[in-house]
Amino acid sequence: MIEVRGLTKRYGAKTAVDGLTFGIEPGKVTGFLGPNGAGKTTTMRCILGLDYADEGTITVDGQTYHDLAYPMREVGALLDAKSVHGGRSAYNHLLCLAQTNGLPRSRVGEVLELVGLTDVARKRSKGFSLGMSQRLGIAGTMLGDPQVLMFDEPVNGLDPEGILWIRNLMKALAAEGRTVFVSSHLMSEMQYTADHLIVIGRGKLIADCSMSEFISRSSGASVRVRTPSSADLIEAVTAKGATAVMSTDEEGAIEVRGMTTEAVGDIAYEKGLRLHELATIRASLEEAFMELTASSVEYHAAVPTAAATTTIGSGV
Amino acid sequence: MATTTTPSTRLSSLPPAAGRAGLRGVLASELTKLRSVRSTYWTLAMLFLFSVGISAAATAGTAASFNNNPGNKAGFDATQVSLFAFFELGQLIIAILGAMVITSEYSTGMIRTSLTAMPRRGVVYAAKATVFTVVTLIFSLITSFIAFFVGQVMLSGTGVAASLFHTITIPANAIFNGQGPGSGPPTVTFQGTDVIHASTVLGAIIGSALFVTVVALIAFGVGSIIRHTAGAIFTVIGMMFVVPVIVQAALPNDWKWDIVRFMPDSAGRVMSVTVGAANPHLWSYWPQFLVTAIYAAVLLGVGAYLFRKRDA
Repeated sequence: MIEVRGLTKRYGAKTAVDGLTFGIEPGKVTGFLGPNGAGKTTTMRCILGLDYADEGTITVDGQTYHDLAYPMREVGALLDAKSVHGGRSAYNHLLCLAQTNGLPRSRVGEVLELVGLTDVARKRSKGFSLGMSQRLGIAGTMLGDPQVLMFDEPVNGLDPEGILWIRNLMKALAAEGRTVFVSSHLMSEMQYTADHLIVIGRGKLIADCSMSEFISRSSGASVRVRTPSSADLIEAVTAKGATAVMSTDEEGAIEVRGMTTEAVGDIAYEKGLRLHELATIRASLEEAFMELTASSVEYHAAVPTAAATTTIGSGV
Repeated sequence: MATTTTPSTRLSSLPPAAGRAGLRGVLASELTKLRSVRSTYWTLAMLFLFSVGISAAATAGTAASFNNNPGNKAGFDATQVSLFAFFELGQLIIAILGAMVITSEYSTGMIRTSLTAMPRRGVVYAAKATVFTVVTLIFSLITSFIAFFVGQVMLSGTGVAASLFHTITIPANAIFNGQGPGSGPPTVTFQGTDVIHASTVLGAIIGSALFVTVVALIAFGVGSIIRHTAGAIFTVIGMMFVVPVIVQAALPNDWKWDIVRFMPDSAGRVMSVTVGAANPHLWSYWPQFLVTAIYAAVLLGVGAYLFRKRDA
């Protein structure tokens, strides 16, 4: 369980993370989303104590990362696959990490086997492709068999095969009941793996909710209704605060926003309206994410539209 | 490499751990780091080859020159000549390793992986410095002794070779008596004797190794402050070679020695001397060594403080 409370980190005059508070629940894959420059890496560096927070506290199982008895047995973290001395062999790289936490030497061979690098264990890692480096980094995170795993943009720059491998690995880790905290700037990547989402933009929390909540509560989600008495239904749901319009894509369908499928169904029942179709239309995650972070993207290609910060699921 | 199936992440269960990860494991880790990169072997091999090779060349050349200039034997410091390359050039070579041990962590990004594995930075710094010091000291002692012995083998038969096992005497002064018969060497008369005790020789050999080790720590300290390999090496060269030379050449004679005493390189020249009176302008063996050691201690201390305080 990782608890981040009021984390603020400044680099000179620039505030990278601004009063961020969230928790990472055990046994889930938590996606950490935000556009480039949102402060994801900074947050992860602060959790690991690589960078010092200017304000706020971060605890892992109630302790600061610095005070964990055997950090590698608690948390396996991979922020940058290239953070290795390229002159050192894969085996020796892992060995020097294992030794810091008193882990047995036999462990090194095991994790190399796990990631499929046994054949190149004695090769210097400077010759590794990005995919192989990524595997080496992941092998390092698994040395201590930790319950919590943290990956920063693990699929960045990987070929499709590598992406698939990472995706399957994260699923497998989660299936074993481990906590996986993984960052990405691509919503589509999270779609396959994450149960829970933490979305940040410009160092601030935008959303902290389950994946399904994120989808249904984003303004992109709507309910599609077909009924012979369209006008009556539109009037009824509008009276309850939702917006309803005739669908532009599908003839005869009404698109209701700001109301769940259940609520629409109940209203129709109360009013005695006959329904022919009642369905939730999910916005694509990418759309929902773009909409959510639109106001917080650091460098826009065009002039940003009026700030429409939407806070979802964080109890506001 | 086509491992696209769902990977199994089942690993054998780890033995339970008591206590907490500390210095012992990190010492083992730092030793693994040091012995698993080629730069360690390159620099140590360079240190050895330069020290021993130049010792052999210098002493062989001197032995040959005695034929033509027997007067050169007077007051000849065979120990210092055999150690000169080691403590003068060797300090530079070991400084490269001292700086790189820490700066390579930053240039490669390894520091982030290291500090994630062991977030207690004071422990990491202490272990790194300890392992490096011990390895450097052992290797410096070996190199120093071998450079000495090789040098004395080259000088054997000249009568002025130094010995670690018994006291020897060499002539203190030589008086030139004119050219010998034909084109032979000049004839000289020796006067007085310099007595060289084995303990003094031992002190010079060990002292040179201590000096080189402390310079290596200066480089380690500078490296941990600057965090950049080339910058750290140039800074150490400046400290050990450039500034002392400028001080010695540019300052007026009547007070420059008051500054030279405080230069970090002066100890090398004091500690390796076995013949004749000590340099009256410098302190003796241990006090002069202390000056260099204080440089190392201060730089290591500042390095430790910054290592803990700065973002990695």
